[in-house]
Amino acid sequence: MPATVDAVMLEARAGALAKRSIKTTSKIAGIRLAVACIDLTTLEGKDSEGRVRSLCAKAIRPAQHLPDIPSVAAVCVYPSLVAVAKDALRGSSVLVASVATAFPSGLSSPAVRLDDVRAAIAAGADEIDMVIDRGAFLSGKDRSVYDEIVAVKRICGELHLKVILETGELGSYDAIRRASDLALEAGADVIKTSTGKVGTNATFPVAVVMCEAIRDYARRTGRAVGLKVAGGVRTTKQALTYLVIVNETLGEAWLTPERFRLGASSLLDDLLMQYEKQLTGNYAGPDYFPKD
Amino acid sequence: MTSLEYAPAPETTKPQIREHYGLFVAGNWVAPQSERYFDTVDPSNENVLAKVAYAGAADVDRAVRSARKAYEKYWSKMKPAERAKYVFRIARAITERSRELAVLETMNGGKPIKESRDFDIPTSAAHFFYYAGWADKLEWAMRAGREARPIGVCGQIVPWNFPLLMAAWKIAPALACGNTVVLKPAETTPLTALALAQIVQEADLPPGTVNVLTGDGATGAALVEHPDVDKIAFTGSTEVGKAIRRAIAGKKKRLTLELGGKAAHIVFDDAPMDQAVEGIVNGIYFNQGHVCCAGSRLLVQENVHDEIVVRLTERLQTLRLGDPLDKNTDIGAVNSKAQLDKIRELVRSGIDQGATLVQQSCALPERGYYFPASFFTGVQQSHRIAREEIFGPVLSILTFRTPDEAIEKANNTPYGLSAGIWTDKGSKNMYVAERMRAGVVWCNTFNLFDPSSPFGGYRESGFGREGGVHGLREYLAH
Repeated sequence: MPATVDAVMLEARAGALAKRSIKTTSKIAGIRLAVACIDLTTLEGKDSEGRVRSLCAKAIRPAQHLPDIPSVAAVCVYPSLVAVAKDALRGSSVLVASVATAFPSGLSSPAVRLDDVRAAIAAGADEIDMVIDRGAFLSGKDRSVYDEIVAVKRICGELHLKVILETGELGSYDAIRRASDLALEAGADVIKTSTGKVGTNATFPVAVVMCEAIRDYARRTGRAVGLKVAGGVRTTKQALTYLVIVNETLGEAWLTPERFRLGASSLLDDLLMQYEKQLTGNYAGPDYFPKD
Repeated sequence: MTSLEYAPAPETTKPQIREHYGLFVAGNWVAPQSERYFDTVDPSNENVLAKVAYAGAADVDRAVRSARKAYEKYWSKMKPAERAKYVFRIARAITERSRELAVLETMNGGKPIKESRDFDIPTSAAHFFYYAGWADKLEWAMRAGREARPIGVCGQIVPWNFPLLMAAWKIAPALACGNTVVLKPAETTPLTALALAQIVQEADLPPGTVNVLTGDGATGAALVEHPDVDKIAFTGSTEVGKAIRRAIAGKKKRLTLELGGKAAHIVFDDAPMDQAVEGIVNGIYFNQGHVCCAGSRLLVQENVHDEIVVRLTERLQTLRLGDPLDKNTDIGAVNSKAQLDKIRELVRSGIDQGATLVQQSCALPERGYYFPASFFTGVQQSHRIAREEIFGPVLSILTFRTPDEAIEKANNTPYGLSAGIWTDKGSKNMYVAERMRAGVVWCNTFNLFDPSSPFGGYRESGFGREGGVHGLREYLAH
């Protein structure tokens, strides 16, 4: 029997987790952890070499005056900018993630989508963020979605594959659960909520559903798959709630950059501001932090 | 890498607590004629919070006379729209003082602050708001052509599990209909009822419209037996409910009883499993299981029994037991030593009768009354833990094979307050729901309340309804 989801109780549960009070020492630890789990992202048509280089500098050292703040986990860019990012991040622990498979819609021919992955890897990507073909999924062609994930994973080999479900386009929690199960079975290393390019991005209930799928899959197979929430995560409060959701659904073992990522661009600025507030008791203005 | 230990997050609002509380009679705080006071404690640390007046028979008589006078002179004579304004005023005052009331409820009762903050206090205010709106529309609650008239003086006796909320359930409709009230809060949890008396005083209700008498079972018995009380509304144990019914048999007194329960919570194999587990957790661990409608008897379809047990065992470990004032606490303190002893005794009987106990593994605080979230597997219908109300965080898990067997087992109890059903199939949900002998049936949810929805029991769970238009009719003359 496929796993089903009840929206009312799911949203009540997510709402309860969002009310956890994360203060003082746990807030400081939580902010550091959140920074370490960020995929610092720029995915715009106007992205340039200069833009990517300044983002990479910030990824390595988010704030000069806060030495306790770690580097982020990865920088996430379009395939054509992978080589630039790779060069800018040389010598650091920060990885390069590339979107692929005709991100964000996924609507190119299968061959083009796979070539997109090969090109990103050839340019030096450490991780691939692929999109699933939602059109195929919603028209019942689960098999073709599954096969494509398998094919991409084969190309990736040891490289980390994140599978973007684009939950905002799937229409129901049941479908999100089914897509999660499908991606898990097909060999995803991480399942990811969104591209950030549609109206509804990551939400707390969606994160709970995906955590439950990951937990059930790990219980059944012993394989630990990661979660990436992306799109619309702008505040420290949101980031901490996602950490709480992961903590209380998957457990502490998932609170590492290997198993949890936050795909975001402006979130880092708020995390730094809140971190400094915790240390000094005062808010510095946004201009005291680099904007990139 | 880093663990996300939640640092203590105590609610810091300090409620006003007086050293001594008198009785609230005829709009004033008076010393008890009994000349006795008793301690009220914080069950999470056993500290004494205040001394509270003990109402004896003479105090009960004085309060009833004041309620009678208020009824005859002011409250039943007042224009309904004016009455509504007073009830609205109480609702607003509860909202304005919600944080303070939540802390007080948690300190005196032991329940987690997140529950008193997010459930008890807002729902209490909601009941006053809801019934305030009814006050000048009472004829719509009657059959066509019948006049809406109040009953008179109402004696209302409320339990310790939801002290302010149960008082609100009873006072709000009584006042809206034009009745006056003598309220007797539970012995262990008088403080929010006394805070409500302050609110009533500040809202400037005519003196005697609401009287609050603190005391014990004997105080309640004196109120039940007082000849000038027109109606008794009681929420509490089935045992006391039976005694009340015997005491007023043959007398011209209206009665509503909301008593115990041993609700069946049915989970079919096609249920949304993770949400069903949340429903189970909410059903039995909400308010440490001190809930008359708690889903304390879990009936699981045999083919998913093991899966549910695995999920529930894991989920138990994420429940946070401890200081009720900490905003992250899920399981607070048991309300009293007596209740803790009763829970322990019944759990012992479960082990002795051969059921298997599973508990959350956590250290209990050294002081205060605590019991870990627990469940039993291998429970049989004949076991005491399947038949008696434990009124604690202890779930009994039984199995069934077919829908009809689930229905038969669910109804095989002297109680009938609530039931819960989990299945993704709507037709099965309806089929089972309409066969439940229970006042409330929750489908794919549990413990959901709204002032507009009636609540009450079948058989040994009592009679009469509270909430909604049904609850209103209980306070109108036939």
